[in-house]
Amino acid sequence: MKHTLSVLLQNKPGVLSRVTGLFSGRGFNIESLSVAETLDESVSSLTLVTRGDDAIVEQITKQLHKLIDVIKVTDISEGEFVEREMVLIRVKAESNTRAEVLRVIDIFRGKVVDVSPKSYIVEVTGSTTKIKAIIDILKPIGIKEIVRTGTVAMARASKS
Amino acid sequence: MGKINGSQAIIKCLQEEGVNTIFGFPGGAVIDLYDELLDSGIKNVLVRHEQGAVHAADGYARVTGEVGVALLTSGPGATNGVTGIATAYLDSIPIVVLTGQVPTALIGNDAFQEVDIVGITRPCTKHNYLVKEAKDLVPTLREAFHVARTGRPGPVLVDLPKDVVATMIKFPEKTPIRMQTYQPTYEPHMGQVEKACKAILKAKRPVLYVGGGVILSNSNEELTQLAKRLNIPVTMTLMGLGGFPGTDPLSMGMLGMHGSYTANMAVSKSDVLIAVGARFDDRVTGRVDAFAPNAKIIHIDIDPTSISKNVKVDIPIVADCKHALTAMNSWLDQAKDLNEDEIKTKHEPWLANINEWTEKHPMGYTNEGETIKPQFVIETLSKLTAGDAIITTEVGQHQMWTAQFYKFNRPRRWVTSGGLGTMGYGMPAAIGAKMAFPNETVIDVAGDGSIQMCIQELATAKQYGCPIKIAILNNNYLGMVRQWQELFYDKRYSGTIMEVTPDFVKLAEAYGAVGLRATKTSEVEGVIKKALATDNTVIMDFTIAREEGVFPMVPAGKATTEMLLV
Repeated sequence: MKHTLSVLLQNKPGVLSRVTGLFSGRGFNIESLSVAETLDESVSSLTLVTRGDDAIVEQITKQLHKLIDVIKVTDISEGEFVEREMVLIRVKAESNTRAEVLRVIDIFRGKVVDVSPKSYIVEVTGSTTKIKAIIDILKPIGIKEIVRTGTVAMARASKS
Repeated sequence: MGKINGSQAIIKCLQEEGVNTIFGFPGGAVIDLYDELLDSGIKNVLVRHEQGAVHAADGYARVTGEVGVALLTSGPGATNGVTGIATAYLDSIPIVVLTGQVPTALIGNDAFQEVDIVGITRPCTKHNYLVKEAKDLVPTLREAFHVARTGRPGPVLVDLPKDVVATMIKFPEKTPIRMQTYQPTYEPHMGQVEKACKAILKAKRPVLYVGGGVILSNSNEELTQLAKRLNIPVTMTLMGLGGFPGTDPLSMGMLGMHGSYTANMAVSKSDVLIAVGARFDDRVTGRVDAFAPNAKIIHIDIDPTSISKNVKVDIPIVADCKHALTAMNSWLDQAKDLNEDEIKTKHEPWLANINEWTEKHPMGYTNEGETIKPQFVIETLSKLTAGDAIITTEVGQHQMWTAQFYKFNRPRRWVTSGGLGTMGYGMPAAIGAKMAFPNETVIDVAGDGSIQMCIQELATAKQYGCPIKIAILNNNYLGMVRQWQELFYDKRYSGTIMEVTPDFVKLAEAYGAVGLRATKTSEVEGVIKKALATDNTVIMDFTIAREEGVFPMVPAGKATTEMLLV
């Protein structure tokens, strides 16, 4: 099962390597990983998407927590949460396909952020499913390059 | 207070931590530190290979319970120490390893004797540090000692660039260490303690399964109290030996791959298994789904990652073993309507059952005239030292025979590489132990293969007047691998025949030590007596039955009840 973990870490050199080393050393897998500073610049926030049964995810959570530089580990996929990913797509856009590409981008509420005679760079943000959907649609038209940020996620505040 | 240089600050930190002996090997990156060491009053034990330094610090730590310290230079000095660090990591031994590093300006430049030791040791240390600024030096060292000795102990490495160590700094006052992200849980959850106690009281066939955590947390007395008040039989892992008296009638000896028939049968038939500071290692469990299949499992461990890692636990207690066992004993003290004698009586049929297993398949061997049986050597050692010497080992058959036949009655007398299984561990560890307790008898039981992995440390033993005794069980084989080849590879002895071994008696003499040899059963006792009476480092070379095996044996991946018996 897919799990999205939110991890707060000390923002120090080598800390990310402790996290990734833990995953490779213990045979856990990382589907995506995204990390950046929080408001407190001594703390980084890391969103990690992994797959595994409950026992494996329990081990992953505990092992992460055991790392001395890790402050907090939350499996946010246990509750309601919002996840977003951004993708930049360099898509072929020649005279015969330009209009179609623009239509597709519009449907997905994407943006063209760079224009050249033969291609666009398109920016799209959304859930992993949405990103996959636009990639599938643009593929037949001709994707030249693609860069994804990996998922970032946040637990929803309780409604009560 | 005026300023002092980084080396002086490091020495002051070591003194603050109560360190009086360190094990090390100098080099360009730590020459300043070695210079300060000379007048510091801290004894530096110069080893002959850095692996030996770390093992010696580890042996020192195991027998004292204090943090052992090794000091290595950069590059190869540091990498040579890695096996020692990994050994300490797998057995949760508190050591601090200080490594020299090239000056900060050169880091990353492939400078002479530069290696990213922090990167290399990240997966085999509890934590490690590269000190990039002189102001961080003292706080980092204090934190390193704190991390090494608290929680589940382990090795911590501090990498010290040469320029940082040369910088003049103000020595900061010692303040209590508070780490936001590291707060081990010592106290058990009382609700869990109650659940555990109630499960134990209900049990008909309880077993205590005791690991190295009991030794590390010094909780052998609390454990013994719990076992005795309710008559619960006890089995120990390799690391747990000495955690409960080996000669006590409730002791079933070791369990697992080379454990006793009784211990393995008892665990598999138990209805409540109480794991204390043990981690359900594959050498203990055999095939996991057949391990204690009918038991409710209680697991006490300070490390939450140990719980339900290999075997699903029913009642976890995350706590220091000493605190948890104390809490359980006091819960029992206060339990209303508890008649402990009634519980003891209830366990009698179970204990009778256990005794039957022991009678059926006792831990034993057959003497064959004058051919020396290795088990006989260990029994004789145990007898002549009243089971109370500090025993270190290398890794292999000799290690298992020692675990089976030496009866440890006290903790911290048994020093062996359990988790990593490091050949070459025993002699340097014996030196470390002897440095800690010069008046104790310290014996390294070795094989002819293992002893050659760190044989150079004989010089260290001699240089520091360290009269350790080394008992080599010599079969001219890498015996444990040979045994597997005999049993599972059709006796195809690939790479296990030691066609050339040195004359260990002459080798001892070459180092200025004493060499003794026994080739017949009748010579064993005399040789051991002579070695124990000699105030010098002694090698005893016992020519043993060449193809003697270690039994019982649970083949890898089999259930622990599927033991091969002799």
